[in-house]
Amino acid sequence: MSNEEIKEYVTSIAPSATFDESGEWLNSMVEPGTWKELALRLRNGPLHFDYLFCLTCIDWKTHLTVVYHLSSTTHRHTIVVKAKLDTAKPEIETVSDIWRTAEFHEREVFELFGAVFLHHPDLRRLILTDDFEGFPLRKDFEDPINMIKL
Amino acid sequence: MYTQTEIIKDTTINGSEGELVINVGPQHPATHGVLHLVITLNGETIKKIEPHLGYIHRSIEKMCESLTYRQFIYVTSRMDYLSSHINNEACALCVEKGLQIEVPARAKVIRVLMGELTRIASHELWLGAMAMDLGAFTPFFYTFREREMINEIMEDTCGARLTMNYMVAGGVAMDLHPDFQRKVKLFVTQFKKRVPEFDDLITNNIIFQNRMKGVGVLSGEDAISYGCTGPVARGSGVSSDIRKLYPYDGYDAVAFDEVLETAGDSYARYLVRLREMHQSIRIIEQLIDAIPEGDFQAKTKAVLKLPKGEFYTRVETARGELGVYIVSEGGTTPYRIKFRSPGFSNLSALHHMAKGSKIGDLMATMGTLDLVIPDIDR
Repeated sequence: MSNEEIKEYVTSIAPSATFDESGEWLNSMVEPGTWKELALRLRNGPLHFDYLFCLTCIDWKTHLTVVYHLSSTTHRHTIVVKAKLDTAKPEIETVSDIWRTAEFHEREVFELFGAVFLHHPDLRRLILTDDFEGFPLRKDFEDPINMIKL
Repeated sequence: MYTQTEIIKDTTINGSEGELVINVGPQHPATHGVLHLVITLNGETIKKIEPHLGYIHRSIEKMCESLTYRQFIYVTSRMDYLSSHINNEACALCVEKGLQIEVPARAKVIRVLMGELTRIASHELWLGAMAMDLGAFTPFFYTFREREMINEIMEDTCGARLTMNYMVAGGVAMDLHPDFQRKVKLFVTQFKKRVPEFDDLITNNIIFQNRMKGVGVLSGEDAISYGCTGPVARGSGVSSDIRKLYPYDGYDAVAFDEVLETAGDSYARYLVRLREMHQSIRIIEQLIDAIPEGDFQAKTKAVLKLPKGEFYTRVETARGELGVYIVSEGGTTPYRIKFRSPGFSNLSALHHMAKGSKIGDLMATMGTLDLVIPDIDR
């Protein structure tokens, strides 16, 4: 399906969404509040985005951005959905019930960036030790012993 | 990381009578690395599998933020160390995409050849290790005999046997060893002669079949939902070969088939990998006498600066889809880098696949998932 059709569909669910087509794929910035509903409709609707192939986060110092790379195994189209989170209170609804791969990926983002995924079934640390302090992939994280600096 | 008392405490919270919690790993021969699984059993039946990761976590993503676009490629050899060529290739492709570098034809063919040799070597190691997980020691020696030939080919050209660091942005680091073609041809003839041995030893062996058929079943729909890729997804009938779907480095110019099986059990995944080795041999045979003359590396600047923006490449490693996501702010180092590793997603399906089966079948399921722990932990 063409980018125009995808844009039209996304706008019909999340009217505040903005788009960017300068990159390889269609990028869409959505409000965190509209994401859950949009995710459900993207997965189960006619566009059939059934494959979440990457879920990650970027720390922009002023805010966090959660990035979802979605693709469809039937139509072979791709969309990148982003949501801006407040660094002081980074919260967004989980999508682990829609794409089950998100369960592990969200746990990873939770411990490395400190983003909280609401209603996640098991939001615990996955990689780091239980007593680890700080969020290592945030830009303000400093480790005096193990950090590589050039 | 998790002390004994905590685990016992956990069971009393969830707990009901007759439940037993056992730890597989972090030091366990069948996890092939430091993976820790906390398994809740009811009798011999698996109720829950909880992977505890991070024993080999080096935060490669954070490390890459302070390395230049030439340097960071070398770190990625240490993720999935059995597909290090293909990891390097993914990073090189991503940098080339950002800088719009055209790779010379010779370098592309060398990359495909090296990638396919790596795939065979990785599958060989998996085959031997999986057979050993299921209690057979002999196949390990047979597969390592073949793998040793590939390692020697790699050593001649790249100077290393495992972490080759041969792919660079713009092509490959150096030209092929003069003996490369002869050795590869010798390997191909020997491999073809020896492959029926695997069929005799394992494929048609009734003991292996009984241990693998119907064990660890994953449906196609679940494979997509869990983000499984590579032979795990293809064993469930999901077409997911990046080389076919989004060809890179000239994979669209060679003839090969995407191997698909529909059963979704351990035996299907086994068959997919075995037949993928034949397809790799097919690709090598097409290209080994058709390596174009010319440069092996495009001319690039000494200091690489990616333009501001986001770049994503996907390649097919021996384990599945590897994604490299670079966010650039226009500097000499990446602002953020994410490696979407195939092993991480494949592991997340383990609980779903093994739930309800017997503890004795777990090793067959895990063996055919082909987990490489540094690839999961990064």
